[in-house]
Amino acid sequence: MEKIKVKINNREYLANPGQTILDVARENNIHIPTLCHLKDLTGTGSCRVCQVEIKGMNKLVASCVYPVADGMEIKTNSKKALDARKQILELIVSNHSKDCLSCIRNTNCELQRLCQETGVREDAYAGAKTTPTFDDVAPGIVRDTSKCILCGRCVAACQKMQGIGILGFQNRGFKTKIGPVYDRSFADVNCIQCGQCINVCPVGALYEKEEIHYVIDALDDPDKYVVVQTAPAVRASLGEEFSMPIGTRVTGKMVSALKLMGFDRVYDTNFGADLTIMEEANEFINRVKNGGVLPQITSCSPGWVNYCEMEYPELLDNLSTCKSPHMMLGAMIKSRFADINNIPKEKIVTVSIMPCTAKKGEARREENLVDGVQDIDYVLTTRELGKLIKMYGIDFKALEDEKYDQDLFGEYTGAAVIFGVSGGVMEAALRTAKDVLEDGDFQQLEYTQVRGEHGLKEASIEIAGTVINVAVAHSMKLAKPLLEDIKNGVSKYHFIEIMGCPGGCVNGGGQSYVPAQIRNSNIDYMTLRAKALYAEDEAQPVRKSHLNTQIQALYKEFLKEPNSDVAHHYLHTHYHKKPRFK
Amino acid sequence: MKKIKEEYLVRIDEIVKMHQDKPGPVKLMLHEVQKELGYIPFEAIEAISEATNRSAADIYGVVTFYSQFTTEPKGKHVIGVCLGTACYVNGSQTILELLSEMTGCPVNGTSSDGLFSIDATRCVGACGLAPVVSVDDTVFGCQKQLEELKMLVLNYIKEERVNG
Repeated sequence: MEKIKVKINNREYLANPGQTILDVARENNIHIPTLCHLKDLTGTGSCRVCQVEIKGMNKLVASCVYPVADGMEIKTNSKKALDARKQILELIVSNHSKDCLSCIRNTNCELQRLCQETGVREDAYAGAKTTPTFDDVAPGIVRDTSKCILCGRCVAACQKMQGIGILGFQNRGFKTKIGPVYDRSFADVNCIQCGQCINVCPVGALYEKEEIHYVIDALDDPDKYVVVQTAPAVRASLGEEFSMPIGTRVTGKMVSALKLMGFDRVYDTNFGADLTIMEEANEFINRVKNGGVLPQITSCSPGWVNYCEMEYPELLDNLSTCKSPHMMLGAMIKSRFADINNIPKEKIVTVSIMPCTAKKGEARREENLVDGVQDIDYVLTTRELGKLIKMYGIDFKALEDEKYDQDLFGEYTGAAVIFGVSGGVMEAALRTAKDVLEDGDFQQLEYTQVRGEHGLKEASIEIAGTVINVAVAHSMKLAKPLLEDIKNGVSKYHFIEIMGCPGGCVNGGGQSYVPAQIRNSNIDYMTLRAKALYAEDEAQPVRKSHLNTQIQALYKEFLKEPNSDVAHHYLHTHYHKKPRFK
Repeated sequence: MKKIKEEYLVRIDEIVKMHQDKPGPVKLMLHEVQKELGYIPFEAIEAISEATNRSAADIYGVVTFYSQFTTEPKGKHVIGVCLGTACYVNGSQTILELLSEMTGCPVNGTSSDGLFSIDATRCVGACGLAPVVSVDDTVFGCQKQLEELKMLVLNYIKEERVNG
């Protein structure tokens, strides 16, 4: 295609026809502030923050949607553009709750940063505000429209990433609000609590329901024995809370910090992941051998489980009955661990550090109670852990690496670590299924067909003379066609992994915020985080769940064998059809 | 959630089917439901969302964007009082307050017994008759027809509330 010439701020640049002004500017390292714009997600030019001046035109244009033309002369920083930008922000701020000091996004807010960048210095348009809605009824996500600036990024995320569309614009003019149908609570509509809306929110209008204070209380209570576990994906993102580069693996520092905070035991959810593989791979083998319902679908992602219960209740028998890894480990802590250490289980408080907002609801599900007791008492997101560490005055970056507690549940394999990326559960299950079915210790370890952070993945793998068709979907949008096929009886798959979030847990709704500048750049943050986990897998001496010696011991001494009655009592769950709208 | 009548559900189904394959079906369906049932119940939003493959929040966005659509059931008689400039300067605000008092119905709401709804509307385009009030499909130019309007409303009250 022939390049065209444009002038930006008096310098000439080459551009492709059809590119927006913003694209060309960014390619050439010219900074134009944006707010509503997210690459590949929003394209409405609704906030007008990115306005620029074009020579010969009276009005300013929104550079994120305005295409370049040959000979165009653009000024990104003329006084007119600077003034307009500042005024737009003053207007946005005028209908925004300004309690920045007590806001969850304080110092981490895109609006705050833009106001600073554009020089907003006064409450220029003090006056009426839209009547806000505050909803903290749902277990994972809080919505506070007094902070909402109507950029529409959450609407696009739910619609385009997940294909669900819980959030929409409602009313018009000054009364416009973003919310679920009838401005209801997330708890009363078909929201799966994945938290992708939180991840794209530039302000504090959407955020996780914090459980930090419960954990602080438990740590402070001398009668409580507090056991914490951390999910695999957390170690690949927590560093970002402390300005470390994306993809820095901070496993050792994290363990160190948790021990300094006073947790009585620090375990890795990876042990639970190995346990999950034992149960889930064997469940799959049983289904194949005994003509059970196929395809079997993974059940580690509570967002996906919520979706299945509300949107595809007819497929609940396809869902693996396995609880997710942290629930399994929680159940073991409150049974096996409690018995061996002679601690009454009422005194044990289990805390999970998860990359996920839906896990908060999962912990409370009635279906997951063992003898009326929750496996996990509190779930903190990666972000919440970051806050807690800062609150406790720990200099995270300066910490020495420490190891997880090694008693009972300390050992883990490479198969468990990759649970944090899309395709990881599938790969881990295949490693074990192949060994079990072909009765050997095979060197086939890496199933690269199911790796990757973008798009649907599928593979046909021969195990014990049978071809097993597998698929890996991450996000409900990718899962939907697979589910429709199963519903219509035309699915060719035997085993499907579904994760609620695009890219899997590394991009979960509880992970560190990835600011718009990075989302709009060429940095593939999901792949960077995934690489950190694959590297840890490779570094493990044992990379197959069934070779974890502590897992083997646990079965020998307590659970008997995978899918036994004892295992079912503690490690398996069931599902119910749930109404889409309450 | 309040359940709606079975016959309403059947009607919603029929309306959705009727417009399903037409271009821009959402507004056609909403208009028809509004006309037939007097409001857009949640069940209609759900049915339209499923038929058009758009989320319920999306449909609700359309419903709340246009003032013609309401999510609350309207009263048996719908009174519209124009508060456009011409009507306003000719005293429509006083008439609005008078009607609200007579009927016991809040402005932009429905009386507790479901007999009346009163809407304060924008300009209805009949400024020559200002101040304009409509009751169901009848339009009153209140310079001359104020008494007739009052009689009509009183009659409805008498019929339904005194005898009923």
